[in-house]
Amino acid sequence: MIFLTVGTQLPFDRFIQLVDVWAEQNPSVEIYAQIGKGEYLPKHMKFCRFLDEKAYKEQFDNASIVLAHAAMGSVITSLIASKPIIVFPRIAALGEHRNEHQLATSRNLENFEGCYVTYNENELFTSLDNVTTLRGGTLAPYANPDLLKSIETFILADA
Amino acid sequence: MKKKKVLAVASQGGHLIQLLRLKPVFDQFDTTYVSNQYREEMGEDFRHVIDANGDEKLKLIVLFFQMSWVMLINRPDIVISSGAAPGFFAVMLGKLMGARTIWVDSIANAEELSLSGKKAGKFADLWLTQWPNLAEPSGPSFCGRVL
Repeated sequence: MIFLTVGTQLPFDRFIQLVDVWAEQNPSVEIYAQIGKGEYLPKHMKFCRFLDEKAYKEQFDNASIVLAHAAMGSVITSLIASKPIIVFPRIAALGEHRNEHQLATSRNLENFEGCYVTYNENELFTSLDNVTTLRGGTLAPYANPDLLKSIETFILADA
Repeated sequence: MKKKKVLAVASQGGHLIQLLRLKPVFDQFDTTYVSNQYREEMGEDFRHVIDANGDEKLKLIVLFFQMSWVMLINRPDIVISSGAAPGFFAVMLGKLMGARTIWVDSIANAEELSLSGKKAGKFADLWLTQWPNLAEPSGPSFCGRVL
């Protein structure tokens, strides 16, 4: 099963619609989408607007692949769970976010094992067509030890 | 010695997931979590506030008063946040009330500090970016990443 999420804050109709087109051509692949505030309602995949933490976890755990906007929450969660994540960034120039940080994030994510960054329909559909060959990444459960140490030292220091 | 009181604040989703990657540090102190979303890792010491973005003035005002209340009740020694609006208010109020404050800007901001992160700089004693290219001598500084 593929789990598609665009977060809960902003719509991302362009992405949902593209995946719905792919879903129509690939009816054997099960997809579940959390569409947030989008106006476009999928016709070829199951969907809901919002999942609470428990329901989200259930869909996420059931998925073998995650498909998401370029949000660090989805990326971190997928890497920890060793699930491959296909990333499709929001473009602020198209009104999909407040600034272009998702494009910047995506360029950096290209170097991460387990992240498959796609920027357009072609790349997205190619990744989806090859979905069974994608491999998950790895990530330690907590932050880099240098960062933990710096913060701990700061807290322990006297005012 | 009494454990220091830490207030760890973030809005839901990516900000909160990043904040919780610092949990091994929080576990050493008397930590209260504040967010608009509860996650299991936070345990029982949790306070709920709303979230708001810069376009939602009325919600921002409500959030400001909620956060002021949390501050008055909790009286933290340390306030730490990874963003966004709830974290900015927490760091600002914390600083004004004499707490020591930490801002860890989201890793999603690789080319420019977040809006709340820029504003929080004035109130953060430890002001961090997760991107070395964004570090400046006058702050923010870089000490590693949540990854």
